[in-house]
Amino acid sequence: MEKNISFKLKVWRQAGPKEKGQFVTYDVNDIPTDTSFLEMLDIVNEQLIEKGEEPIVFDHDCREGICGMCSLYVNGHPHGPATGATTCQLYMRRFHDGETITVEPWRSAAFPVIKDLMVNRNAFDQIQQAGGYVSFNTGGAQDANAIPISKVAADEAMDSASCIGCGACVAACKNGSAMLFVSAKVSQFALLPQGRAEAKKRVKAMLSKMDELGFGNCTNTGACAAECPKNIKLSNISRLNREFVCAKCSD
Amino acid sequence: MWLTNSSVGRKVVMSVTGLFLILFLTFHALMNAVALISLDAYEAVCEFLGANWYALLGTAVLAGGFVIHIIYALWLTLQNRKARGDDRYEVSARPKTVEWASQNMLVLGLIVLCFLFLHLYHFWAKMQLPEILGDFPMSGKNALATTFGQWWILPIYLIGFLAIWFHITHGFWSAFQSLGAANEKWIERFKCIGWWWATIVMGLFAIEACYFTWFFAL
Repeated sequence: MEKNISFKLKVWRQAGPKEKGQFVTYDVNDIPTDTSFLEMLDIVNEQLIEKGEEPIVFDHDCREGICGMCSLYVNGHPHGPATGATTCQLYMRRFHDGETITVEPWRSAAFPVIKDLMVNRNAFDQIQQAGGYVSFNTGGAQDANAIPISKVAADEAMDSASCIGCGACVAACKNGSAMLFVSAKVSQFALLPQGRAEAKKRVKAMLSKMDELGFGNCTNTGACAAECPKNIKLSNISRLNREFVCAKCSD
Repeated sequence: MWLTNSSVGRKVVMSVTGLFLILFLTFHALMNAVALISLDAYEAVCEFLGANWYALLGTAVLAGGFVIHIIYALWLTLQNRKARGDDRYEVSARPKTVEWASQNMLVLGLIVLCFLFLHLYHFWAKMQLPEILGDFPMSGKNALATTFGQWWILPIYLIGFLAIWFHITHGFWSAFQSLGAANEKWIERFKCIGWWWATIVMGLFAIEACYFTWFFAL
């Protein structure tokens, strides 16, 4: 049943990367519970603009849970209290009348705040550029059935490939570790014969880029997988470790 | 060297030393169990080890395992705190599937370290150390009697055991995960094996401590 709720919105406001940020609390009234979380922020921003104040800056793009652009750490959870969903898929019906909703940016040294709730996730692009691809030597296209792939491997590779690179894993991790992201990106290729050719080179390059960019060390708390909007599995991290240890041992 | 300058390498070092220490604890608990059956047999075990070359070599390797595990733990924790950034979350919630121990390994480790020093003072400093220094060592039986002859030692030891139990329930499966030995099925299996392993070993220690207190203090 749709109804309207009113609540306090406690938002992190930070004017720029070098500025000191602080929380600002806004009274938000009469929001229909069918409103999405981002639409609610749009409404708040319109009210702020009408009052002549700076609107709250936050990342968003497709608003259908596939682009990985939206972030927001809502009430202690990346992408809010819903599981297996991004912030744009979060609806106000999850919240109660009169409650205080705390909204924070992703917090990690490798994801510096640009403004308010928007963080710089360029570090993920750099990790991808270090080896998150397959080099194709162009030539005649192979016959589709020339390389047999088991259903199990294909499914698992597809599951790993569903990572949208939003950074919720880093935000959830008390160590600011990017292992779930890197492991998903390494796994999607490591599981397929097309990716095996460059597997050793890839895992070493991506992992050393990850370390270089200042992400933390994984301590296997599993918070990343628990909070991942795409339900990327923790076993990917073990595969990444295995790939890396084997690659180093064969050097 | 990848064991020092890569995050996965550092975790491999934590895993290997951690598993080694779990193995040591298991043997330690079994050797103590001898005293449950016969104090004379326990005395024989103590004399067999004493400060012989093989016991000293074992002690050195063991101390090395502890030192590396602790130094790496502090090093990793410092790096992780740095990676988290300067601003902490105002609100943070622990997801249901995340074990409490996994997020408090350093604190648990520090409690274990304090307990370790106390334990070394109670036994090692009275048994092997004097022998190394050329003095006459205290017998295993007497060391047990002096330590557990005071009833209040028991709760301190039980707290130490509990901290180690928490530490191992996470550490055991985490070690295999870090070594790359786990997958979707084996993560659950390692968790289960680790829970039972920790419970049996630490349970045995607890039974031993209770028995010695009952025997010597009451």
